[in-house]
Amino acid sequence: MVGEEGWSRYANIMGLGVFIAIIVVFGLIETIEPFGLRFRDLTGGMITFDTLIRIGILTIVVVGLNLLMGYAGQISLGQAGYYGIGAYVSAILCTMAPRHHLLPGISDTWWWPWLVIVVAMLVTGGFAYLIGKPILRLRGMYLAMATLGLGVVMYTVFREGGGLTGGHDGISGIPRLSIGNFTFWPIERYYWLVWAVAIAVIIIGLNVINSRVGRGLRAIESSEVAASTMGVDTANYKVQIFVLSAMMASLAGSLYAHFQALVAPGPFGFVPSVELVCMAAVGGMASVWGAALGVTFFFLVKEVLRARMHQLLGVGGEYELIGYGIILILVMIFMPQGLSFGGAKALEWLRNLKVFRRAGDKETEPRAEQAV
Amino acid sequence: MGGEVAGNAILEIGDLKKEFGGLIAVDDVSFDVQRGEIFSIIGPNGAGKTTIFNLISGVLPTTDGEIKFEGDVINGLKPHVVAGLGLSRTFQNLQVFNNMTVLENVMVGRHLQSSYGMMSAGLRLPGGRREEKEIIDRSMEQLAYVGLDSMADVGASSLPFGQQRLLEIARAMATEPKLLMLDEPGAGLNRPEKEDLDALVRRIRDSGVTVLLVEHDMAFVMGIAERIIVLDYGEKIAEGTPEEIQSDPEVIAAYLGHEEIRVI
Amino acid sequence: MQGFLGNRSVKRGLTVAAMVVLVALVLFLAYQKNFGPKAFAQWTIDGIRGGSIYGLVGLGFVVIFSVTGVINFAQGEFVMLGAMFCATFYALDVPLPPPLKLVVAIILTVIIVTLVGVIFERATISPARARGAHIVTLIIITIGFTITVRAIALLLWGSRAKIVPAFTNLQQTDVIFRPLGLTLSAQSLWIWGTVAVVLAALYYFFERTMMGKAFRACAINPRAAELMGINPSRMSLLSFALAAAVGAVGGIVFGAATRPQYDMGLVFGLKGFVAAIMAGMVNPLGAVLGGLILGVAENVGAGVTGLYGYRDLIAFVILILILLFRPQGIIGGGERGVEQT
Repeated sequence: MVGEEGWSRYANIMGLGVFIAIIVVFGLIETIEPFGLRFRDLTGGMITFDTLIRIGILTIVVVGLNLLMGYAGQISLGQAGYYGIGAYVSAILCTMAPRHHLLPGISDTWWWPWLVIVVAMLVTGGFAYLIGKPILRLRGMYLAMATLGLGVVMYTVFREGGGLTGGHDGISGIPRLSIGNFTFWPIERYYWLVWAVAIAVIIIGLNVINSRVGRGLRAIESSEVAASTMGVDTANYKVQIFVLSAMMASLAGSLYAHFQALVAPGPFGFVPSVELVCMAAVGGMASVWGAALGVTFFFLVKEVLRARMHQLLGVGGEYELIGYGIILILVMIFMPQGLSFGGAKALEWLRNLKVFRRAGDKETEPRAEQAV
Repeated sequence: MGGEVAGNAILEIGDLKKEFGGLIAVDDVSFDVQRGEIFSIIGPNGAGKTTIFNLISGVLPTTDGEIKFEGDVINGLKPHVVAGLGLSRTFQNLQVFNNMTVLENVMVGRHLQSSYGMMSAGLRLPGGRREEKEIIDRSMEQLAYVGLDSMADVGASSLPFGQQRLLEIARAMATEPKLLMLDEPGAGLNRPEKEDLDALVRRIRDSGVTVLLVEHDMAFVMGIAERIIVLDYGEKIAEGTPEEIQSDPEVIAAYLGHEEIRVI
Repeated sequence: MQGFLGNRSVKRGLTVAAMVVLVALVLFLAYQKNFGPKAFAQWTIDGIRGGSIYGLVGLGFVVIFSVTGVINFAQGEFVMLGAMFCATFYALDVPLPPPLKLVVAIILTVIIVTLVGVIFERATISPARARGAHIVTLIIITIGFTITVRAIALLLWGSRAKIVPAFTNLQQTDVIFRPLGLTLSAQSLWIWGTVAVVLAALYYFFERTMMGKAFRACAINPRAAELMGINPSRMSLLSFALAAAVGAVGGIVFGAATRPQYDMGLVFGLKGFVAAIMAGMVNPLGAVLGGLILGVAENVGAGVTGLYGYRDLIAFVILILILLFRPQGIIGGGERGVEQT
């Protein structure tokens, strides 16, 4: 729909370039502090550097969700649960293991947390695989609700896990990540790490979509029957992408744990899961770029509304969600395919306007009847 | 694998039956398709033609009966497994992948001719990239085969109706089938388009692919099919060459009966 | 359908075995901790009280889903609005005798919440459907609405709990009966009575009125109903109005038995959904029954194990199990949404 093979590849590489450039510029501003200005000064105090890191972390989750929802056509309302598994596995193994001298000589090295991140991803992936097999037989709403149920179950386990998960208070004292003596902290350093991972995940997402696997998934989304008669093993692919998206969420969760140094159940419940789906939907479900866009949009609206509402109404708290809810509804009514789709349309329009326009084929572009 | 089969039948249908909640859509239909021929199933609307396709390709489970492909029973297999055996199809109500380009649509057809997976895709490992190049080359060949190569990078949904039909054929051919099942490929096409289609189907047959065709345009079928069976209300009412079918009184009656209803 | 757990008889055997194990476990735990029949009776009574509200919310889900195919996430918010509006109106300083004031507050509340449902449908669902929105888009719209309503509620009422007086004595603390040594609040009786009245009214509406019959026709086969001259858009509107009204009623009667807060909707929404799923999303009476079963299961489960923190888990484990093993529901459901191979 969006464009031609060559063109979209070109656009993706271009997009990636621009995207990386923006990330680098933001990072440099914070690191160098030109004219003594830090990032938050430039945005009138509304967007802090901290927010940028959160955007990066959640982008990783939403890229996975986007692959699942936009390309495999499967909804997950429990994604925050996988995010939580990553966070809790990292938190538990990076605090308890050294404390209780588990695996001495390993659990106190600098590379232990990195190993744990991989372990967490494998644990989450394995769990998603076991769950995914039966659950992905369900369709549409039923799948949504089953994943929702799963998410709530995971959340409850985090909250009620007693000594292991620390209950409501969670686990604190999670160490920073480091390579040898180089620690990814203070925050500017962590920024580079998070965004490097996020960009890697985006690239992986783009690669998957533009591959044999991705085409199979998109085929499932367009017509599951036709896809299967072309030899695409739909059930298997759904499970694979379910696992991949869970692993991405887990990776992000680990990064969150090492960023916050504290893991409590709050960010892994039902509402965060819903927010993640909303980010994916607002950004555009059939677009990896939509993930970054959706997360950014979500945070900007939230932060700006929070700041503005505070000024206008003199109130703080959850109120900014009024605006967020309304914007969400409006986007879904008027741009159901999301912001990135709107952006892609605009791009296409521009392209038709200038360079690529050929004589003759502009007038009538017969549209085929909608296949049933 | 069955391999050599007596009579050289590629597809053997025996007493095939399909019920939808008490309604019998296909009633004890039997026929054989010989290797290398153009075989056609005709019949009025609602005669059960498309249902038979859905049963053969594994989209719907059979109620009773047997489907043998190259001597092996294939009913009960999932569609993607059936496709892997060398059986491909198009759809009456077009099922072009609207969210992809024309080329990508055909590339999906190469799915089983390639094997690289998620890991290789995500990390762009060399093996996968080599396969990918192969997929693109072969798919372009298929597009050229049906005459759509100039449209490769166009979004599939923006193709005109007739070309979407061709695209489905190219996509099905990309799977390198032994048996190609075309579900009303001529529906909605104009006269010259049908003539092109006629030539294309013959070329496909000449390349060694058996063609099983569902149509209700009699003129088109009579010109191209070597053998025909006629269905009415899910039952086979005739089988034979086009000449035999055209002179069969029961067939004429069935068609006339429906023709009248259609006029009203 | 022959899926990951083999054929039907194996499945049935497993189900029965699981049930036996479950009952044995419950009885064993009860024996170990010295819980007698009285404890069970008490859990059941409490469970039925909360379960009634799950049932009413589930009913709302079913009413909307069967006509529009939409799962309305905002269902629980109608309950919250019902409780909060009622508390607010009752707290107004108007020169009416308290019983009359309560009646007026209830009527006003139901009208207002129904209007909210109507406005919601007309302002968001209806235009989105007119634009051919995908079903996932519609769910997200209802999520957006949920978020908005909650935030507005917070703005209007703050995060402090409100008070709906107990219907019997119009006090904050209710009259308590002690039959057979059990504890039973008078409000529980009001809740059960209300559920019965709501069910009777809906029964009358669906079975005896033209509009109700049209509604049912639309639920069974929308296309055929449209051909018969039934306007699906109007039925969609009606379904949201009904669901909102039922939710509000639930919120009002339950409001007196709890301390209503702006964020109470979520739990009711989710549990009500589980109740609706138990009825296969299509059977209104089944949804109410499902709600009752869920309420009891929750209370007995939490009581027997003593793990009150895991109470919510029970509902969702039930949800997942039903979806996996019997997605068509366990109480007279349909076949929608189940993979048909």
